[in-house]
Order: sequence, then C-alpha cells, then structure tokens
Amino acid sequence: MTTPERGFLREKALPVATVLLALLVLWYGGAVWLNAQPLIDRYAREGRPWRMSELFADAMSMERPILPAPHQVLGELDRTVLEVAPTSRRSLVYHGWVTLSSALLGFGVGALLGIALAIGIVHVRTLERSLMPWIIASQTVPILAIAPMIIVVLGSVGFVGLLPKGIISAYLCFFPVTIGMAKGLTSPEPIHLDLVRTYNASAFQVFCKLRWPSALAFLFASLKVAVALAVVGAIVGELPTGAQAGLGARLLSGSYYGQTVQIWAALIVAAVLAALSVAAVGVAQRFTVARMGGRL
Amino acid sequence: MADLIAERPLVTVSRSAAPPVIEIEKLSLVFDTGDAPVNALADVDLTVAKGEFVSLIGPSGCGKTTLLRVMADLERASSGRVRINGMSPEAARLERAYGYVFQAPALYPWRNVISNVTLPLEIMGRPKAERLERARAVLDLVNLRAFERKFPWQLSGGMQQRVSIARALSFDPALLFMDEPFGALDEIIRDHLNEELRQLWQRTQKTVIFVTHSIPEAVFLSTRIVVMSPRPGRIIDVIESGLPAERTLDIRESAGFAEIAHRVRAGLKAGHSYDDP
Repeated sequence: MTTPERGFLREKALPVATVLLALLVLWYGGAVWLNAQPLIDRYAREGRPWRMSELFADAMSMERPILPAPHQVLGELDRTVLEVAPTSRRSLVYHGWVTLSSALLGFGVGALLGIALAIGIVHVRTLERSLMPWIIASQTVPILAIAPMIIVVLGSVGFVGLLPKGIISAYLCFFPVTIGMAKGLTSPEPIHLDLVRTYNASAFQVFCKLRWPSALAFLFASLKVAVALAVVGAIVGELPTGAQAGLGARLLSGSYYGQTVQIWAALIVAAVLAALSVAAVGVAQRFTVARMGGRL
Repeated sequence: MADLIAERPLVTVSRSAAPPVIEIEKLSLVFDTGDAPVNALADVDLTVAKGEFVSLIGPSGCGKTTLLRVMADLERASSGRVRINGMSPEAARLERAYGYVFQAPALYPWRNVISNVTLPLEIMGRPKAERLERARAVLDLVNLRAFERKFPWQLSGGMQQRVSIARALSFDPALLFMDEPFGALDEIIRDHLNEELRQLWQRTQKTVIFVTHSIPEAVFLSTRIVVMSPRPGRIIDVIESGLPAERTLDIRESAGFAEIAHRVRAGLKAGHSYDDP
C-alpha cells in the first residue's frame, strides 16, 4: 500500500525534480561553455596564465555573460522580487503585474469575442462561410508585425498603456477559443439533439441545455491555450513602444544594455506568470467538472 | 403513483370521435445517398388504435427504426400520408404528443438522474416543484427513486435505460415510441425490463410502438406484431396476438406463445431477408 503522499512523491515530485536537475546540469554546462571563449580572450589580452578552476568560477560570475548561470538569475530574482518593495520600478512584481493586468484584460475580451464568434458560426451558416477565412487569415499575420501597428494607431487616437496591449492579447486569444468552441458547440451526438427535438425545444433551449454544457470541455482546453497566449501578447505589446513598465520593457532595456541576467530574470517571471494563469484555468475547470458530475 | 401522472396530463390531445392514434397510408421514404437512392420504406400502411402495444420486428435495414422516426417527425416521408392523433407528425411533435425512447439511453452526462428526468419538463416550462414531483413519481415507476442523485456513469446500462424510460414518461405522453430500448442489454436484464414494461403499459394504458429484432420480446409484449422485410423496407405480415392480457414471463413456455413466435419467424423467413446479396 502506498499512501497518497508517497504516491504524489513518486508520480509527480520525483519526475519533475529529475527533469529540473537535468536542466540545471545542462544550464551550468552551457554557461561555462558559452562564456569560456570571451574569458579566454581576456586572459590572453592580459597575458596571464589561467587554470580550469579559475575559468569555471569566472564563467559563472560575469557581469554580462552570454548565458548567465542559474544562481546568477536566482540572485537577480531575489534582488528584484523579494528585496525591493513590489511598487518599486525596480521590482519584477511591479513589472509582472503591469504585464499580467493587460494580459488578463486581453484574455477576458478575447475569450468573450471567441465564444461570441463561435456561437455565430455554429448557428448561422453564412457566418461560417464569410468569417472563417478571415479568422484563420488573422492568425497568419505575425503578431510582431501587427503589434506596432495596433500600438501606433490606437496611440494616435489617444489610447495608450493597458488597452492597446490588451487588444494585442485579445487578438491572439480569441482564435483558439473560436476554433475550440465551434467544435465544442457542434459536439453533441445526433441522439442528444434528436432527444430535445422530440420535446420541441427552442434553439435557445438547445443551446443552454445541450450545446453549452457539451462544449465546456473544449472551452477549458482552448482557454488554457488562450491564457498563455495572452501573456505572450502583452509582452509583445510592450516591446515596440519603448514602454516604461512591464516585462516586455524589462526585456527590451536588458537587451539595450547587454544585461543578460536581467533578461533571464524577466523571462522566468513571464514563464511563471503564464504557468500560474494556465493553472488557474485548470482550477476553474476542475471546479466546473466536479459540479457537472465528475465526468466531462 | 401512476394515478398522480394520469390525473394531470400535460399534453391535451384534441380527440374528435376517437380517431386512430396512428394512421399511415402508402408511406414511402427514399434516402438520397451519393450513388444510388435507397428505398428505406415502400408502400407502408399501418393503423394503430388507442391503447395498443404494437411491435415492429424485422432484420437490420428493414426500415423499422426509420418508420418510427417518421412517426416522430425525426425523418420526413417522401410520399404518403402519416397522421398522429389526426395531425401531421410535425404538429404532433410540436404539441409534444409522444415520448421517445432511443436505442441508447441518451442521458446527458452532466445531469444527475433526477435532472435528466426533469429535462423535458424544464423545456416545457413547468414549475420546479411540479418537475420534481413528477420526476420522483416516474422514478418510482421504474424503481430508481433511490438513485436520483447519481450521475449516469454511476449506473449500469439497464438502469440508464430505465432512467431514459422514466424521462419519456415524465410529461405523461399518451403515446410512446420505443426504438430497441433493450437491444444493448443482456438477456436477464432484458427479461426483467420486459416484464416491468408490460406492467407499466397495463397500468397506464398508453399506446406503445416498439421496435425490436427479438422475436420473444415482440411476442411477449405486444397486442399486435408487425413483421417487416428489407430492400425495400415494407410490412409483410401483421399478427394479432391472442395471448391473454395478464402475462408473466412463464407465458413464453406456452403453446400459444410458440405458435405466434413461429408465425413471426415464418414471416421473417418469407421476406427472405437473409438470402439477399
């Protein structure tokens, strides 16, 4: 008999820890390997002999390494997350919140738009024919190309800050939701549709009592994709404007000044934010599934 | 409990001089498939009076399910005349004149037993107290009252099908269409449900059209057996059951039962449905 705790250790914690360890080893190895050449050049310029242990130590403590070592990034995270007040402009909590708030705004708008489009497509055949090609075409335009246009156009009519970034997030978000919900709303089996037909149910009743509940599994799957895209969209929205705040602004200023440690710290915060957002959708999904009998 | 249901019918059917519940004349149905049109039904005539239990029996592809679906307005006839309570099938469906039990239970997996049973009542806009009262009454009829909070996946196949029968009964339709409701169940459960259904029919005096491909099931349940044959789907024999109204499963050992079963089998053979290419 394994207790639940041991089961958790074996099935979740152990594999995750193994992968993490492997990544750390690779990362340290990569840091030494990538940072070695500039160091060797420098030793040669200074004309002094060097030993392997010296090279290892120096490779992991450069100020502007090509690839910072994990403990340098952790140190940066410690300084910018834990040691400064979360309202400070030096705090990654502050920048993370700026990004997250526009990501969540865009996620909300994009998810609602996606659901509305799916409902239209499923119920009105001409909408499917006329809208679907445009919906797909919208996602073939690289977001990096269209984001500056959105920022510039909206900025010229007075919208700056949260809203333009939210719109870029929404632009990325609505697509998986539309595709997933169009599939989900048409997923009821013919026999389930026949059943409500024998009750002379209205289209609205069929939607509420059959199509919507059938689509929920699809909805949550696409919301998970969408919320991760929303974070990406918000960051991309912060890149072209020279925004003063947000993880995108941190990435940009880091790359201006060659502060690779700062870039990596911002990247990790972005990844954590995306992971937490996906997890939050997962919690909402579990809650809904439990209310719907445990099987979806 | 059955009284409670009978007292307050949800569906009032205008019945002038008690016309037959079902009248079908010269019904044909052709499915347009890609290559060649399929004659699903050809020249079908059938009249069913109130309170009858009529079985449609035949091999796969004989159109028995299609015929039932035409009566329920789930399929449109290509030609011919179909009247349900003197109305077109569509008008009957819009009046919610019948309950339909499908081959599969077709329960909504996100609803528990009682809210599956109340589904038609919700759609018909009945108040909540009445919905629950009626649902509990019909769950009593199928002996599933104790399971009202369970979800479909927690029930056996036989129990799920009983829930679907309860759901069809919940709004007390005078007419029941049943499409091989016990086809997927094992023999023992099937026998048991046949007995329950027979008793239910006797108590409620509903008109039942019952599709099956089991000869014993058809003979045991029916007052009349309609034998069908495929390509094109048509009626080849109609057998009046002379068996007594009070029946238990033991009746299947009787000579009268064997005689009717034999005639059904002979009819099925005469349609030489199994020799076709």
